[in-house]
Amino acid sequence: MKSTGKVTGIVSNLVTVETEGPVSQNELCFVTSGDTKLMAEVIKVTGNTASIQVFESTRGLKNGNAVEFEGRMLEATLGPGLLSSCYDGLQNDLTTMTGVFLKKGEYTSPLDHSKMWDFTPIAKPGDKVIAADWLGEVQEGWLPHKIMVPFSFEGEYTVKSVVPAGQYNIDTTVAVLTDENGEDVNVTMTQKWPVKVAIKGYREKPRPGRIMETGVRVIDTLDPIAEGGTGFIPGPFGCGKTVLQHAIAKQGDAQVIVMAACGERANEVVEIFTEFPELIDPHTGRHLMERTTIICNTSNMPVAAREASVYTAMTICEYYRAMGLKVLLLADSTSRWAQALREMSNRMEELPGADAFPVDLSAIISSFYARAGMVVLNNGQTGSVTFIGTVSPAGGNLKEPVTESTKKAARCFYALEQNRADKKRYPAVNPIDSYSKYLEYPEIQEYLSEKVASGWVGMVEKAKNIIRRGKEANEQINILGDDGVPMSYHELFWKSELIDFIILQQDAFDPVDSLTPMDRQKYMLELVLDICDREFSFEDYEKCRDTFKELINVLKQMNYSEFMSDNFKKYRGQLDTMLKSLAAETEAA
Amino acid sequence: MNRKAFQKIYTKLEGITKATVSLKAKGVSNDELATVDGRLAQVVKTKGDMVTLQIFGGTEGIPTDAEVVFLGSAPTLKVGEGLAGRFFNAYGEPIDGGPEIEGEEREIGGPSVNPYKRRQPSQLIPTGIAGIDLNNTIVSGQKIPFFADPDQPYNNVMAQVALRADVDKIILGGMGLSNDDYLYFRHEFERAGALDKIISFVNTTEQPPVERLLIPDMALTAAEYFAVDKNEKVLVLLTDMTLYADALSIVSNRMDQIPSKDSMPGSLYSDLAKIYEKAVQLPDGGSITIIAVTTLNDGDITHAIPDNTGYITEGQLYLRADPDSGKVIIDPFRSLSRLKQLVIGKQTREDHNQVMNTGVRLYADAQNAKTKLENGFDLSDYDLRCLDFAKEYATRLLAIDVNISIDEMLDTAWELFGKYFTKAETGIKQALIDKYWKV
Repeated sequence: MKSTGKVTGIVSNLVTVETEGPVSQNELCFVTSGDTKLMAEVIKVTGNTASIQVFESTRGLKNGNAVEFEGRMLEATLGPGLLSSCYDGLQNDLTTMTGVFLKKGEYTSPLDHSKMWDFTPIAKPGDKVIAADWLGEVQEGWLPHKIMVPFSFEGEYTVKSVVPAGQYNIDTTVAVLTDENGEDVNVTMTQKWPVKVAIKGYREKPRPGRIMETGVRVIDTLDPIAEGGTGFIPGPFGCGKTVLQHAIAKQGDAQVIVMAACGERANEVVEIFTEFPELIDPHTGRHLMERTTIICNTSNMPVAAREASVYTAMTICEYYRAMGLKVLLLADSTSRWAQALREMSNRMEELPGADAFPVDLSAIISSFYARAGMVVLNNGQTGSVTFIGTVSPAGGNLKEPVTESTKKAARCFYALEQNRADKKRYPAVNPIDSYSKYLEYPEIQEYLSEKVASGWVGMVEKAKNIIRRGKEANEQINILGDDGVPMSYHELFWKSELIDFIILQQDAFDPVDSLTPMDRQKYMLELVLDICDREFSFEDYEKCRDTFKELINVLKQMNYSEFMSDNFKKYRGQLDTMLKSLAAETEAA
Repeated sequence: MNRKAFQKIYTKLEGITKATVSLKAKGVSNDELATVDGRLAQVVKTKGDMVTLQIFGGTEGIPTDAEVVFLGSAPTLKVGEGLAGRFFNAYGEPIDGGPEIEGEEREIGGPSVNPYKRRQPSQLIPTGIAGIDLNNTIVSGQKIPFFADPDQPYNNVMAQVALRADVDKIILGGMGLSNDDYLYFRHEFERAGALDKIISFVNTTEQPPVERLLIPDMALTAAEYFAVDKNEKVLVLLTDMTLYADALSIVSNRMDQIPSKDSMPGSLYSDLAKIYEKAVQLPDGGSITIIAVTTLNDGDITHAIPDNTGYITEGQLYLRADPDSGKVIIDPFRSLSRLKQLVIGKQTREDHNQVMNTGVRLYADAQNAKTKLENGFDLSDYDLRCLDFAKEYATRLLAIDVNISIDEMLDTAWELFGKYFTKAETGIKQALIDKYWKV
């Protein structure tokens, strides 16, 4: 018997309900409004009164309207067909909706029930299995999509039967399992899971030990993110947050990418719809859309579903991780999610924390970031969810609650800076403020030494140091004037400019420069550091400036040329000639 | 507002604040309209039998035994071809002495377009102003505000932009317009002989501030009628969104909501996004483009209103008085059109992108030279040429009183490059130099 209730109060999308029968926290319910039913979630219970947040506009809703409780929480539907889909925050398929406008109370199925999938069994009758073990697989695009023992199954089961290889739809029973009491349970290719609960079903969650390449130099070289790691990108508007996130989505070395457009511009999502189907994944040569799922709850869509959208996205990521895949979650922007929490907390008349955000904001953010990570599955294979969120700090001020809470939760920090963006130095990541805690992990240092170059982290530190000292030198030059400082200040400044122009700055719209693989990043960093190690003797600061401008120009041409192509080698030759004559001049002096 | 038969009339108010009243009533739906003592009001909260109404016209003089009648629906606008050429108040009632509009009654503030059904904006909207067309090109379906201090002529610029834009309908949403500005718009539209494609919804400073809250939704409901039903290109002008946000904060304050930054309601981002996101390129060719005005307090863009706006809109156009040229210019550094790359070099000449970037870069060099000068350092020959270039660049291209075609803008820029710089100093691609360089 489902519990029921009646509406007793309405403030925007916060509705209070007089309940009959038991209700649970975060339980899903439907509110009747005219001839539609609106989905809502219980967020607070006091006595017989439940406060619910309605995921749609409550216009026209009346006191006394009937409410039906569902006895379950908000769930994601999991199964083959999630990839290349486009969902709203509640996982309604936006592509199958009719009409130009979103209709209130229109809910569409997340998965295609008629599509036939080529199923191949993995488990055999008699196998002992537990939740998340693999029973079979289907081919989803170019990825093997595992059909698993549903995550909600407790205890050990014995496989009674598995269907033979063949074509089935997602609702077909593909396996029958027998539980410890001898009861048979049917398993299909689809299962449901409450989005606010982390999917477990793995053996352990070790510390990340590998890095995940993004092809973006300022990330991979300077502050790499670990596979299964967490990072965040705060920045004022107009600093290129979205361009940077899209670049990572296009190039990230992951098998599955989930993009959660949370409370941002609808036209940015349109850009993904328009461009991604055309683009090719540089790692596999397949269409990018085949590995991408989009969850979009743009800024004009109902606010409560904004919060749901990031959880839905994370649940889908965890599902693919349980298949032993490398998954990357990008959420733009977590500030909008925090603002949705604030709006609700405000309507509930809770005592506010800083900037009127709810006091548990920090806890909510950190438990969400904690769902990312590398895991060892029951069968010993590994899977990972890497999470990068953007933050839109109010007024560009990083001392605000969302940025500060996220800083505590995320291990990588990519600070986008107005000043760099104004100078068109993109990506506008500030190299001094940004950090990656993973560089301090011994296992990551070892990994980098082995995979990239021995002593790599030391080289990165050295580059950062030159940038830092160059900045100081520049400040002195600005105060004392070009002639007021020793020559070495100019040299130091220009060495840092060299690193800035060649390593940090990257043209996201250039087909070659936008994606730099790790071997190429190594080559360029070594080359640039070699120049920085050299001693020069310039007659005056103008000569110093002009020389470095020329060096930068040649190195830039190298960045724009295919790695090791004839053109690339031609510019390398030019560079060597320039360096040789510079060395001779220094010698002579 | 017509009364319907069998409507229950309530006559006992339980509470009155500056913007709201509350009373006991049954069967009331959320967002429903009502009249209180003849003034229009809207349900904003129900709790048990207690209903809180927001009175758009303010509560001055409302007695506790005021007559309250519920009207059964959210605010509506009658839409039809007859809207064209007319002036309305915040309730959608004609204020030009003309007849009532015949047509379908639609609820304002309706649902959003399914993002999957949107199309990527792709049509350039030329304005004749080089600070916009050359450096920050506007595209149909875009939403972009002017950020301006209150003393700058933003309404004049907006009127010019509207009248020059090649669109089917122009819809003006005026919030807290001074009577003079309202008459200015009216006069300009009449003078241009463009009245038949213009629809205006106006709340002046003489009218209650809370009424302003209806203006954007009224204007955009009319816009959606023409863009969705008639597949027309619609340009919506909203001025001044800062005054709209102020009205939001008044209401939330009266409802005892906890304010967030700058005493704005915590929902400011969502409230503004609901309006701006109505800008859309539709699959059947219709489009809604929104150009708004956000007035700043002494250029402060970290204030909650411009800050939230910047996160929502696709760029911003800064108006600034330029002391060197004595003109009001569109600041090339802080202005941005996020969608310009969709049309630059595609619907404009091939050299557009390089000319734009070079012009802005040289103008930046001039600013550096200026700083050097102010700090008492010597200027090089290059610095001096930059300064001369900047003055002419500001006068002939950045100033808001420019009105030329994009090709003329590009030619002017080439002329200035040739006059003040060497080919190498411009750093433009050789192929373009060969083709366009003017001696």
